[in-house]
This record gives sequence, structure tokens and C-alpha cells, in this order.
Amino acid sequence: MGDLIQIVVAKYNYWIYITLMMIGLYAMIAKNNLVKKIVGMNIFQTAIILFYVSTGAKRGATIPILEHGHGAASHVFHAVDYINPLPHVLMLTAIVVSVATLGVALALAIKIYNRHNTLEEDEILAQIREK
Amino acid sequence: MKIIGLIIALVTGVLLIGATGDFPDWADPASPASTHLSPHFIEKTMEETSVPNIVTAVLADYRGYDTMYETAVIFTAGLACFILLRIFVREEPGDRLYRHLLTGVTVRVKEGMELPPSEDFERIDATWTPPDLIIKTVCRFLIPFIQLFALYVIAHGHHSPGGGFQGGVILGASIILLAISQDLRTSVRRMREKLDAVLCAVGVIIYAGTGALCLLLGLNFLDYSALASVLHCDPVTARSHGILIVEIGVGIAVMCTMIWIYNNVSSTGKYDEGL
Amino acid sequence: MSQQYPALLVIVPLLSALVISAAVWINKRLCFPIAVAALGVAAYSSIGLLLRVLDEGVIVYKLGGWDPPMGIAYYVDHLNGLVLVVVSIVALLNLIASKKSIELELADKTAPFYALYVLQVTGLLGIVVTGDAFNLYVLLEITALSGYAMLAMGKDRAQLSTLNYLYMGTIGACFYLLGVGYLYIVTGSLNMVDIARILPDLYQSKAVIGAFIICLVGVWVKMAFFPLHAWLPNAYTHGPSAASSLIAPLVTKVMIYVMIRLILTVFTPEFAFNILAISEPIVWLACLAIVMGAILALAERNLKKMLTYVIVAEVGYMVGGAWLGNRAGMTGAILHIMNDALMTLCAFLVVSNIAYKLKGYAFDDLKGLVRKMPFTMGAFVIAALSIIGVPPTCGFFSKWYLISGAIQAGQYAFMVALLFSSLVNVVLFFRVIEIAYYEPFSDHHGHDHHPEPMDEAPLSMLVPLFIVAAGLVVVGLYTGDIVNHIIEFAIPKAIM
Repeated sequence: MGDLIQIVVAKYNYWIYITLMMIGLYAMIAKNNLVKKIVGMNIFQTAIILFYVSTGAKRGATIPILEHGHGAASHVFHAVDYINPLPHVLMLTAIVVSVATLGVALALAIKIYNRHNTLEEDEILAQIREK
Repeated sequence: MKIIGLIIALVTGVLLIGATGDFPDWADPASPASTHLSPHFIEKTMEETSVPNIVTAVLADYRGYDTMYETAVIFTAGLACFILLRIFVREEPGDRLYRHLLTGVTVRVKEGMELPPSEDFERIDATWTPPDLIIKTVCRFLIPFIQLFALYVIAHGHHSPGGGFQGGVILGASIILLAISQDLRTSVRRMREKLDAVLCAVGVIIYAGTGALCLLLGLNFLDYSALASVLHCDPVTARSHGILIVEIGVGIAVMCTMIWIYNNVSSTGKYDEGL
Repeated sequence: MSQQYPALLVIVPLLSALVISAAVWINKRLCFPIAVAALGVAAYSSIGLLLRVLDEGVIVYKLGGWDPPMGIAYYVDHLNGLVLVVVSIVALLNLIASKKSIELELADKTAPFYALYVLQVTGLLGIVVTGDAFNLYVLLEITALSGYAMLAMGKDRAQLSTLNYLYMGTIGACFYLLGVGYLYIVTGSLNMVDIARILPDLYQSKAVIGAFIICLVGVWVKMAFFPLHAWLPNAYTHGPSAASSLIAPLVTKVMIYVMIRLILTVFTPEFAFNILAISEPIVWLACLAIVMGAILALAERNLKKMLTYVIVAEVGYMVGGAWLGNRAGMTGAILHIMNDALMTLCAFLVVSNIAYKLKGYAFDDLKGLVRKMPFTMGAFVIAALSIIGVPPTCGFFSKWYLISGAIQAGQYAFMVALLFSSLVNVVLFFRVIEIAYYEPFSDHHGHDHHPEPMDEAPLSMLVPLFIVAAGLVVVGLYTGDIVNHIIEFAIPKAIM
């Protein structure tokens, strides 16, 4: 029992984010409404972003902005004092990519709605089959 | 479909969680991610680029190539929304609504009929609400301060959290605030479509162009120390200035793309009636 | 300047795409020449780069001047060099051939379309040349977004098909990103060569196995490997002709390159083939992909949709060939990347010629087409022979390597699937050729004696088609040289 708690405390951040990812993935596959699928996609991507950012945490360290900025050429900085900046950088990119995909997906959903007057996928497929 | 989705989600989730078995603990200072590359970034940023904000230094200098493509991604999204939605044919919507300014009477003009242009009537959207003086005035006052703050965020990306993307989004939000608090036609009058689209491309060209300038000056692409000869300073400061230049380019591109996407999506391409 | 080829290769198209999108608002007539010039520079740089690699070996280009793994680096070796040349030449030929078709199908949005076209090519070239795992994800997204925008410009069902492609594509890219994340957590690095250096100590770790499987599934979704292929037929069929003939030959092949890169460079072959021991199930899955692709193609009465199912089967060839685990199979897979890109380009250019002249490409519309468009149908016959695998076209040689690899590895099911697929391709293509050559033209009102006036596609569409069709034969004849001088060095010595 103590062992299990040990594992949970060490890894619970990864598990929570993986659960969120799976909720988003389920929404993308199983839902019928196009906008709900888009929301699921956004949840999926956001969970991945949170997953990455959580890997940059470091116990007892502060944000990665060097304090004694200028005029401190001789000041030595220790890596243990600052959290890992690389996941933050990577996720800035991932956030932008997710917003861009969201924009394009919504534009496509608008065009589909203008054509078929519905956002439910089964109704759209029925309309297409009739033609 | 729901069952298939559930099975796929469960299987993937179990696989992913199982693979975390060998992960380092959360917030462990001795994890490989914290001991392999990041010590170099944290310890050497000041002496190699003289930028205190390590995230900005890594984003725009060490991994500046990624950031250039990220800006290109956001530009592609704006271009995609434009090419999908924009309709240039000036077809007037079926029924138009005009409001008589003095009495508040609304006139509905049917399809095909014309209302002679007149100062007493203003065109209103189908989803018009009575103009709220407080909202209109407060927003008009706030927008310049929002833009000033956005410029501060871009310029201080070196010393505090911030940078091109964050500042660019705030700038874009200021124009979108104008569109929301008044109407789309007002904001389009202020920031015309042609200027918006060209500035968007110019923003990314600033980024790629700085890199190409470094290439032409003899070093590798995006090696800002080549700018030392152009800017008359030492290579380390040249890196700091190079980061600022590309952040400005990013800010411009992101601002214009946000406005472009909003205009196209909210008016579904017709640019006449917004939200 | 030749030192800078790796950068020029990607930067010139990127800058040109931006200049084109600014030129949309200033002077529309500049857009096409700028696009052609940009792709020409890219093709020239890629050929120059391949020649340099043949002389010098692996080339490393440090972006931003930072040493890897601090910064991003390009690694160009024989595998990259070959695929780069293929991608840039296919893109250039397609652009020249599609000008008229773009002007017909996309009336007032031709200029932004060129910008998206060049952006897509930038993304593809970048994916092939990069040596950094996260950089690959960003470029993957540029390719994907511009692809979605281009494909959605078609008519009817194009938007719904593209939205489904968007969902699947995003799942694939996000799985790849997750895999890279797992690798980063256990190794701390994002550079492919650096990860390969750190990984051997960690081969038994669950995280590495998980990372490999997630990355692999992500790449499979993006290359439409059965059963994750459902998005491909609709998306490629309903898009505009110019977009389909750019995306169909290139995107799935570049994803196959990514998979081979993951197997050969990041996770070395020793891990992928020996420690992981999933080669056999994957080859069985590839057999299933080939057979299902062939059967689904048989059921189609629409030429373009039939060709998309042929693509699904071709992906099965390449995945199976790569996972056979021996030199012949891997050679076949890499050779097939090049050959399949050319064959698919030829076939889709034929379809776009047909769509330009007639208004549809269902089988019923193709009756007696050879009288009206003899040159186009001639090129189609050459493409058909290549897809079936008839010497001396290039398709025969890659099939030869794949079959000998299958025999050497003892995977007889794969060999049977390849032969079955060739037979089905014979049926598929001869059906079309019979309708085009022997049926009377559908507009006939009963006069059999008058020869049909030739109403061929314009010259700008025919000349690139001839070049590609001739290329199919020329590349086939030079296969020996290509294998011995390039592909031989692309595969590490460890694979027998």
C-alpha cells in the first residue's frame, strides 16, 4: 500500500494528463456533432501541452528568468535554481499550432454548415447519399 | 462508433500509462530532461546571448528555426481561412436593416430594393443591439492602452515573461475589441483587409529575412552574430538585438493573423456584418 | 553558396510563398513566375546537395550557428538526398502542369493557392532534411495545414472529406508529438543523432518501447496505413486536381521516409527488428493493407478514387518492405518511395488532364477517350505498366527487390500479397484501358466512320506529363546505378 502511494505521488501528473488526452480522443472519435469533435481535438492537444510542461518542473527551483540580469557578467547561475526552460519553449510552438488547426477546422465547419444546414455528421452523410 | 471510440481510448490510455512506468518522478531535479540540455541553456544564456529571459533566448535564438516555422504555421492558418471563406462577389444579403437615427424606427429593405444613401439612416446588423454608450466609450478609451501594453510585452520579452507571440495576440485582441464593441465595419475601416494581409506576410518576411541576411553576410542561416557588422556591436549583443528584431516580426504577423481570422470567420467571408 | 544548399533548399520556397501572398494584393500576375522560380531553386539545391553527399558523406548544417544538440541541425545523408531530389522535382513538374487546371477550377483564388502550394512544398522539403525530432513536428503541421486548405477548395464533398482528414491528421501528428515527448523525458534530448546515442542503454525501458509504438502509430495514421486509411480516398478524390496531384504522390511517401528514418537512425535497426520483435505482425498487417487496397480499388467505378485505393496498397508495399528486416526489403522500400512518387504523379496528371477536358472521370466518361486524347492515354498506359510492375519501367525493379527480400526473410505471405496485388492491378488498369481504347466515344450519335477530332490537353499540361512518363522508364533503366551508389549507403551496415 505504501508502495502504491509512492508510485501515485511520483507519477500522478502523467496519469492525469493521459486521462485528459483519452477524454479528448474519445470525443473526437465517438461524437456525432462536428463542433464537439473539434472541442475534443482541442482537449487532446491541450492535454499534451500540459503533459510536456509538467515535465519541466523542478523541486525548489524558480522561473527561468535570470535575476541579476545586466552588469552581472561575472555572476554564476546554477542550473538547480531554475526550472527546465525547454518544454516551455516547445509548448509555445504547440499552442500556436493547436490554435492554427482550430481556426482551419472552424472555417471548414462553417463551410459545411452553409452547404448542409446542419452540423450532425449522420445527417450530413444522409444528405450526401440522397444526392 | 461509441464503443469503438471507447475501446481505442482505453487501449491507448493503458499503453501510455504503462509506458510511464520508467519515467523519472515528477519534479525530480536529477531527471534526464533537467540534466542533459537545460543546464547549458540556464548557465550559458547570459554570456552567449545576454538575454536574461531564458525561454525567449531558447525560443528565438537556440531554437529560432522552429519559431520561424511556428510563425509560418500561424500565417498559413490565416491564409487558409481567407482562401476558404472569403467571398469577393458583392452580393448584398437578402434583407437589410436600416435604422432612422432620430426616431429609432427600423426599416427593413427587401432584396433587390435600394435605399438612397442618406445621413438619417444607418445600416445595422441583423443581430443589432442598442448602442451602449458605456461600452462604446470605455472600449474606445481602453484600446490605446491595451496596444501600449502589448508593445511593452513585446519589447520586454527579454527581461520578463512575454515576447512576440504574447504581444501580438494582445495587439490583435485590441482591434477585435473594436469590432466587438462597435461593429465589424468600423474595425475594417480602421484596419483595412489589404493592409492586414500584406502586413501579415511582412511580419514573417522580417523573421525569415533576418535569417537570410545572416546567410548573406557569410554565416549560417539565423546566426545572429553575423549582424554584428551591420549593427556595429559585439556578437553577443548582436544576438540580443537579433532576437528583438525577430520578436517584432513575430508580433506583427500574429496580430495581423488574429485580425484576419476573426474577420473572415465572424462574417463568413463577406466582411459586411460581424458578430 | 554550395555550403548553404541545405538552408537555401527550404528558405527560398518559404520566402517566396510569403512574397506571393503579399503579391496577391499588389500584382496577381507575379505569383506563378515566383512560385516556379522558387521551386526551381529548390530543385537545383537538392540536386547539388545530393552530389555533395555522394562526394563527402553525411553533411551537417547548423542552424543559428549552434552546435547540436543545443540548436537545431540538418543531417543530410544518402537517404535524405535522394528523397529531397524526388520531392522537389515532382513538385516543380506538377506546378508547371497544373497552371491551366488551377485557373479553371479555382476562379478568383488562384494566387493564394500558389502561396499554399509553395508552403506545402517547403514543409515537405523541411520534413525530409531536418535532423531534429521536434522540428519535424512543426514542419509536419505546416504541410498538413496547407494541405487541408488546398484540398478543401474542391467542390461538393470536399469540405467534409477534408475535415475528416483534419481530425485523423491531427491525431497522427499529436501521437508523434507524444512519442517525441516520451523520448525527451527519458533521454533529455530532441536531436535525432543525440537520441540515438543515448538510447542504447535504455532499450529495455518500457518508456522507450511505448515511445516507439506511439510514434509509429502516429506516422501510420498520417500515411494511411490500413486500417487507419479511411480518410485518404475521400480527401484526395474530392480535392481540386492540382492539389490532389501534389499531395497524393508526396505526402504519404514522405511519411514513409519518416518511418524509415525512425527505424534506421533514431531507434537503430537492432532495437526495431531484434529487441522489439513486432516485425512479423507488421508485415502481416502490410499484407492485409495490400489485399484490402486491391479489393477496394476493384469496387470503384471512378478513376480517381480507384487510384487512391492503389495508393493505399502501395503504402502497404513500402511498410512491409521496410519491416522485412533485411537489406533487399529496405532497398525495395526506399526505391519504391522514389518510384511510387513518379508513378502516382504520372497517373494523377493523367486524371487532371481528363478533368480539364471532360467534366468528370467516372468510367462511363472515359469511353473511347484514346481518340480524343491519345497522348494522355499513352502516358496512362506507361503509368499502368509501371504500377503493375512490367520491365523496364521502374515499378518492376522495386517489386523485384521487395519480393526477393520477402523470400530471404521467409515471409511468403508478403510475396503472395505482392503478386496478388500485381494481378489485381492488371485487372484494374486494363479495365480502364479497354474502356478508353475500345468503346466508342460516349457523345457519338451513331457515326462510326468519322475520326474523332483530337482535343488534347494544352501543351503546358502535356509536356510535364511526357517528362514524367519518360522518367518512369529512364529511372527503371538506371535502377542499378541508383541502388549501388545511393541506396546502398543509405542503409546501415548492420542490416544484412
